[in-house]
This record gives sequence, C-alpha cells and structure tokens, in this order.
Amino acid sequence: MADKYVGKRVKRTEDPRLIKGLAHYVDDIGLPGTLHVAFVRSMYAHARITGIDTSEALKVPGVVAVYTGKDIATKIGPVPCAAALPDLKVPDYRVLATDKVLFVGHPIAAVVATDKYAARDAAEILYPGVELEELPAVVSIIDGVPTTPVIHEHFGDNIAYKLTSGEGDIEAAMKAADRIVKQKMIHQRLAPIAMEPRGVLARYFPGEEELTVWSSTQIPHLLRTQLALMIGIPENKLRVITPEVGGGFGSKLNVYAEEALLGWISMQLGKPVKWIESRRENVAATIHGRAQVGTVEVGIKNDGTITGLRYNVVADLGAYHQLLTPAIPTLTGLMLSGAYKIPAIQMNVTGVFTNKMSTDAYRGAGRPEATYVVERVMDVIARELNLDPIEVRRKNFPKADEFPFHTATGLDYDSGDYEAALKKALDLSGYQKLREEQKKARDNGKLIGIGLSSYVEICALGPSQAMPAGGWESATVRIEPTGKVTVLTGASPHGQGQETSFAQIAADEVGVDLNDVTVIHGDTGIVQYGIGTFGSRATAVGGTAVLIAIHKLKEKAAKIAAHMMQCDASRLSFEAGCYSKQEAAAAAVTGKSEPVVPVGEGPAGALHEVPTPTNGRNKITIQEIALAAHIAKELPPDTEPGLSATYFFEPKNFTFPFGTHICVVEIDKDTGETKIIKYVAVDDCGKVINPLLVDGQVHGGIVQSIGQALYEEVVYDEQGQLVTGELMDYALPRASQMPWFDTDRTETPSPVNPLGVKGVGEAGTIGATPAIVNAVVDALSPYGVKHLDMPVRPEAVWRIIRAPEG
Amino acid sequence: MIPAQFDYARANTLDEALNLLAQNEDAKILAGGHSLIPAMKLRLMQPPLLIDIGRIKDLSYIDEADGQIRIGAMTTHYQIESSDLLKRMCPLLPECASHIGDMQVRNKGTIGGSLAHSDPAADWPAAALALNAELVAVSKDGERTIKADDFFVDLLTTALNPGEILREIRINKNGSSQAYVKMPHPASGFAIVGVAANLIMNGSNECTSARIGITGVAAKAYRATGVENAMAGSQLNEAAIATAAKHVSDNTDINGDLFASADYRRHLAAVYTRRAIQTAASRV
Repeated sequence: MADKYVGKRVKRTEDPRLIKGLAHYVDDIGLPGTLHVAFVRSMYAHARITGIDTSEALKVPGVVAVYTGKDIATKIGPVPCAAALPDLKVPDYRVLATDKVLFVGHPIAAVVATDKYAARDAAEILYPGVELEELPAVVSIIDGVPTTPVIHEHFGDNIAYKLTSGEGDIEAAMKAADRIVKQKMIHQRLAPIAMEPRGVLARYFPGEEELTVWSSTQIPHLLRTQLALMIGIPENKLRVITPEVGGGFGSKLNVYAEEALLGWISMQLGKPVKWIESRRENVAATIHGRAQVGTVEVGIKNDGTITGLRYNVVADLGAYHQLLTPAIPTLTGLMLSGAYKIPAIQMNVTGVFTNKMSTDAYRGAGRPEATYVVERVMDVIARELNLDPIEVRRKNFPKADEFPFHTATGLDYDSGDYEAALKKALDLSGYQKLREEQKKARDNGKLIGIGLSSYVEICALGPSQAMPAGGWESATVRIEPTGKVTVLTGASPHGQGQETSFAQIAADEVGVDLNDVTVIHGDTGIVQYGIGTFGSRATAVGGTAVLIAIHKLKEKAAKIAAHMMQCDASRLSFEAGCYSKQEAAAAAVTGKSEPVVPVGEGPAGALHEVPTPTNGRNKITIQEIALAAHIAKELPPDTEPGLSATYFFEPKNFTFPFGTHICVVEIDKDTGETKIIKYVAVDDCGKVINPLLVDGQVHGGIVQSIGQALYEEVVYDEQGQLVTGELMDYALPRASQMPWFDTDRTETPSPVNPLGVKGVGEAGTIGATPAIVNAVVDALSPYGVKHLDMPVRPEAVWRIIRAPEG
Repeated sequence: MIPAQFDYARANTLDEALNLLAQNEDAKILAGGHSLIPAMKLRLMQPPLLIDIGRIKDLSYIDEADGQIRIGAMTTHYQIESSDLLKRMCPLLPECASHIGDMQVRNKGTIGGSLAHSDPAADWPAAALALNAELVAVSKDGERTIKADDFFVDLLTTALNPGEILREIRINKNGSSQAYVKMPHPASGFAIVGVAANLIMNGSNECTSARIGITGVAAKAYRATGVENAMAGSQLNEAAIATAAKHVSDNTDINGDLFASADYRRHLAAVYTRRAIQTAASRV
C-alpha cells in the first residue's frame, strides 16, 4: 500500500484551535459552584513549624476551609516515588508540611474559598500565623556531599543513595591508558517552565461516589492509579482527564501533592475545587532538572583511543523524592558510552538531599548530563592530544556494521551510522571552510569558536523490564458505523503533535482520508490504560500500538469482506481502504475495474449503502465493512459484531537515535557576550512520520539547549532562598536570541518496532548543549581555556579574556 | 500572582485625576501599567486606589511647538518608536524606545509611566538626561517644569510631589548627534547597562559639548559628567573616546547582581559608553 501521509509534512491538526484560542486547558473548564484553592508556601528553605494559627484566614469573607499538614497527615498517603534503587532512603513526603518545611515553596496550608481572590488574600493573611523556627539550610553540592545539618534527621545523613554502575574492568582500563584526562563539570539546576503551569480541577459527586480530576499532566493513567492509592478511592471511581496541556518537558511526568489534595478536598466538601499554579509557584514548586556535579576521568591512548571512562558524580535531589527523582542519574549512567566504543565504564553516583525543590525528569532526563560529559570530554581529549575534535570522535565510533552494538553501560544500541550523520553535518556546515575562517578571524583579533557534538540518546522508553511502571503503550482503533476512524491512544501528547502523526499512521494503514481519523487521548474514562508521553516514547511505542491494532482490526475486516464477497480471505487484496477480489485487483491494473467510490464524499449524514453478498460487487471499502459489522446482519459465523481492536505494544528494546550538531559562536572581546552565528543539526531519529513535527521537536530542543548552555540557572543563595523565582530573573531563552537552525537528517530505521521510528522529542536538549559549550571553549582556546561551566554568562567569559592583562 | 484588593477609578479629565489624587494620598496613577501591575501582582505594592489616566484625551501626542518637541505622558513606547517626526528631529527617542521590552510591552507601556516610576534599569531616564528633557508636572496648584537632572532622586523615587502627575515631556531641538546602546538583562530585558549619548559637534569632528545618560548601573539613572567633561572640546578619535568613556562610573556606587557583578558592570558601562559615543559621532 502506498503511503499517502506518512513521511509528509502534514500540518498539525491541533493547531487551528490552539492558534485561535479555542482550546481548553484546565483553567478553561468552569463548573458551577467551583471553590478555589490557594496555598500558603514556605518562604524559608529549612524551618521547624512550631504552630499555625488559621483563625485570621478563616475570617476572610468567602473562605470555606483551611487545611494544614496536621489535618491531613493521616488521611492522604505520601507523594509517591516509583524509583526502586537498592538501599534507597525514601522520606515521608506528605502533601502539606507537618513538622518542618524543607524548601522554599513547600506547601504548608491550603485555603479554600468561593473565589480565587479571597483564597489568595486569606493565604497572605494566614502566612504570618505560621510560626517558623528557621534552621540552617543544605544548599550547595559543588564541594561534595553536605554533611550538616541533616535534613531528614532519622536518616543520619543527607545521602539518599549510592550506586555504582557499568561493565568492564575499569582499573585495568585506566592502567592500559597512555594518559588520563580528568575534568570536573557542573550541570546546573534548570526549571522546565512549561508555558501552561500546572493546574487541577477536582469534582466529587457524593451520590455516585465518583471523583473526576482534570490535571495538566503527561500521565493520566499512572496519575489515576497513584491518586486512587493516595486518597483511598477505588481506581474505577476515579477519572483523570487531561484537557489541552501546554507543555510538560517532563515536569508533568509526576504525581504532585496538589493533585491529591485537590481531589481529597473535593471529596470533603462535595464541591468542585480548582487550583491554577502561578508562575512563581511553578518556578519554586514544580520539579527542576539536571543538578549534577561530577568529575569524569577518561583513559586514552596517545592516538585518541579511549580505554575506559569513570564518572564520579553527586546528584542534587532536592528535599524529597518526586516520582522518578532518584532514577534520573541512573539514566546518566546508561548513556556514558555516548557514540563510542569504550571497553570499560563506571559511574559512581551519590544522590543527596538538599533544601530545594526536587529534581526529576526535565527534557532529556539524565541523558543530557551523560552526553555533555562525554562530548565535552572528547574536546578536552582532543586538546590534550592536539588532535582535531572530529578525529577523536571518528577514532572511537562503532562502524555501521557493528550494530547491534553492546556498550559497557549494559545497553544494546539498535542501529546506527554515526559517521554518516557526522559527515552530513560537516558538509552542511562547510566545516573545513569554517576552520579557515576561524583562523583568519583570530589573526584579525576576533574570537570565533566551532563546537560539535556527536550524540546518541536512549528513547522509546521502554521495555517494561527497565521501567518502574510498565514500558508498553496501548491503542484502540475503531471504525465507527459512519466509517469514521477513532484512535484511542494511551500516550498523552501535550504539544508533540501526535493527534496528527497518529492520524497519519492510521489514515495510511486503514486507507482513509486524514480528516476521517480522530485521535483521542488523555481521559481515563474513555481511553484504555496507557503509560503516557515522556522519554521520546509516544510514536515509537504508542504509534506502533496504533499500527498493530489496525493490523488486528484488518484481519477481522478481511474476514467480513471475504464473507460479503463470497470468496476466500486469501483471495483478497487490500489497497487504499478497499478490499478487492484478486481478479478485480488484476483488472484494476488494466483499467477495467469499476471505479471505487471516493471515501468521505457521500452526502452529509448519509450512511454508506450496505453491500450484500448478492449484489455481485467485488470491491468493498473498509468503511462499508464497518457499517456491516455494526448492523451485524451479514457477518461470518462466530464473528463478534463491531469493528475495533486494541493492542498493547511491548517493545523488546529501547531505540537509540543519534546525530551530529555543529555550533559556531562569536564572542565579543569587549563584553564577553556570546553570539551563535551558525547552527547545524543533523539528526537521525529513524523513520520519520512527519518531518514538520520532527523539525519542530529539534528546534524546540535546541532552544532549550541554548538556554542551558548560555542563560538558564535556578539559583538558590546560601540560605536556600530562591533567587531566580520568576521570569524576570530566570533567563528563559527568547525567540529574538535564537539563530537560524540548519537542520537535516539521516534515516537509519530502528529494528525495534515495525514503524522503524526511534523518537526525537529530546534530541535537541541532549545533542545541542555540548556543541554550544564546545564552541565557546574553542573560541577561548587562545586563552588556554579547557572548560567553562554552564550557563556560560558573559561575565565569566570576560574574566578569562581580561585575565592576561591583569 | 493575584494583587491585593484595590479600588479603581477611571479619570475622564486631568482635573478629575488630580482631584482623586488629592483626596487619596496613597493612590497610584495607572498609566500603561507595565511596572505597576507586575509589582502589585507580587504584592510588593499594595495601593488602595488606582487612578487610571489611560482614557484622558490629549495625554498622548508627539508634536513640535516653539522650537520644542512635546510628548504627552501617555504616549506609548511604540508611538515614539514609530514616529517619523522623532526619527527626523530626535532619533535618540525612537532608538531608545526600540530597546524597551517587546512589542506587546511597547504597545502598552508609556514614556510618562516609565519616567515617573524611575526604575533604576529603565531606558527612558537615560534618554531624558542625555536630552536635557523638561518634565511638566501638574497638580491642583498648577504646573511646574522639572529638569531631568533634578527629576531622578533615588531608587524608584522622583521629584514629583504627592498630588502631582507627570503631564508632558519637552525636549529642546538642538541638531545633535545621538545614540542609545544597551546590554539587556537576559531574563527581564531591562538594562544591565544602557547609555544615551547626545553630542554637539562642530564641523571639524570636535565635540563642543556632550550629555551622557546612564541607566542600569546605579540606584538611579545619572549623567556621566566625568565623561561629558572629558569630551567637551576634544577631538572625537577612538583613543579620546575610549579615555573619556572610562570616567563613566566616577564617583558612582555600582550595582552588582547574579548576572553582572559591580566590577563587570563598571567595565560594561565604559564599553557601552564608548560605543554610544562612537555611534553618535558617526551620525553627524
């Protein structure tokens, strides 16, 4: 069957409603009688709660209730952590602070009022009624594990876990090296900053005993399961709906205190309750990302061959474990082989508690750290050996015929051709010419730098064996009596565009017009259980589930078609949504076939005519079969009525997309400002369903990488005070700061799924960051600079430039 | 991000606004709202009453009279940025406007609101100082004119008295060479350093006199008199400009923050001052 849509730049069907402002986010959903919740949050990083006086807040007109930690401590279960690591210390994370507050933004009390203004006013009035005895805070991990004070006293120290991972004899590998290169690197704390902050609306019907929770989340089903356990409501009495979700970047791959609390409050009061996160709350109390300080040691031969790599790292986990907090650094450990053959790899990670918001999955989630470590140190090696950075990379690439390729981190890379992507990026950027221009510029006193990154990422998370709560994805595909195709996916897209790309897959596979397909997601009351959208998994795992569900559906459709045309199913062919007897198919080639009725062009409201076995037709569209299957008068024996199929796809492996990014920067010698003057990205995400969506993902990812490399940092001061608490201080990258992106692709299909797709949602944030920093360091190489930590602010660059002059 | 409760009154005439202001000592004047509203949403400011002067006719204009440019206080940044009259007669103003926030901000924010707020990193105060602007304040007792030099008193504090509203900005035409350059804060877009240069040149590339306005660097915008003195009467060559620019932070307490320490800011101020003068000089 010829693809009509897959591989084409189909415009996003989501966009018209989003652009016109007609989409519905949580805050757009209004229910009569809704009460509003405002939180009283800690302004201290670490303090003992010695008393809470709620009396003044309760006097505010419109206030219905005030809840404190002590009120609910025994009534709502702890905020869950799904990560299972040996000897992991898991603090008891109550939805409201009970004895101590442990970070700025830690919720202390919830105020419920008839409108959001009264709720906020009462929360402001309540705060002075909270007696807090301030304690010293644990903040920085730059110099290792902070020992005092101990945040969770009963644990005895601030270490949540220690873990060693990797394969191969690392000691022998280091001994076999001609020299060892060592570099300390800081992966700063970042805030995901989805455009739509979090938000929850909860409605309990006391009669039906049913609770519906609308939440801006990436994981509706997992959230339902966890909320049911936390609140103590049967899971089948709880419905989670994710309406439009305005971005997540991993920050909504979580189960938050507010989600459980809102559900519980609605059950207490029997009324709908709503909370929409403010941007300040979003920066302070939605998970952060990155926050590792590590030292990488690499054993190298004098020709650039790597013998072994060791990464000793301290990960700043924050005060509590959110859903995946401790697991994120383990993903770093998995990807430390990068795009290279490294015989022995070891990661020693220490996860530590600090008086800050929890870290967790932020776009890339542990993999950007690995890629940054590996790609940054490749440049350090090149400098050490006075080699071109490209040669060091080529020296250690596995060849295309070495796949599947086993790494010393325990993975089997599915497929790849790293040299092809590198070469394409070099050609596209005019690398040799760039180097010549750089030399000329240097001679003229200008600072130009060229940086590259040849990355590999791990996507399509993943096999259930490797995942805390299942790594499969589900799909149900139905053809309705009117011939419309409904796809129910367990994935939960929130900006990625899978309403379009899954419709492309379905339209091609069913052989109908794209407009006849509707993709439904994010409602546990409608959609079969699913895992959700994160880890660049939705298309590779969820899209495959759609594909195979359609295969199942078509098996049944073919059986019905054969029955209706009174022939054996083996004599049928299927093309463009139409089953034909083989003789008829042969006739079609000679042009003698009867014309097929175009799909979707019947009069509005009319049903397709139901063909009967006696009308002598030798072609039937699958949409006609759908009607026949529902009317159920002419079905083969032992055939269920209806035309739908459900499939839960379990992948056998992860996928491993890769690529090469090249960045060229110019540094203003007077001020230290960095300007990106050229950016080239060649990504290989396997087979591409929709190039427009892939470009969008790559662009967005690079933007966030530029943010990490040059601008963004969540800063807490020595007292644990959040310094960058809003977007006036937290430097999110702006469109006006962005260069042009030259993007291209190579296409190496994945053998892991029949679509051959790998995933691309995080490629930009994983591949781009080291290319940018490498370019800055390269620009500053005349000053003997080997490394600079992120974000590379102009002042740091200026200090290097002016240093020789004193 | 919800402000504390406040009352709101919309004035239809300037007299009405002045009366309201006279009756409510703690009231704040609402112009474009782009400084005031964010501060209120963070509850850093909790005025009991906002007096909206946005609907008063005749507070938004750019015209020329008696050898002066006159700009109504409610004129938006965008109106200034796009004014052909100003591009011709006082290009520093449109250039300065183009550096403020983004298009949405420039469409709402006003020059009068910004000047009266006197944010230490706002762009307009530097321009007002460099242009020797006169600021017309009106109260129930009548009108008075305040020199820009006297207007910016301290952090977020101006020479406006309680009960006074900034009504108009006046600038004398003087055929000078002008430029505004700026390093914006990567998050807020406010000036890390902003420099407005206004030079009077003679035919032989000599600077007769200079006025240099600096913002973002200290607790309030200020004139870099050290630079001005060094420039006056000197030939505008690269070395002279660079030497003069080094005086930008003479006798000034420099701000330091996460993005730019005081040392670095002092250096940036000199660099950007040099660039502003060079750019202005190139526009003779």
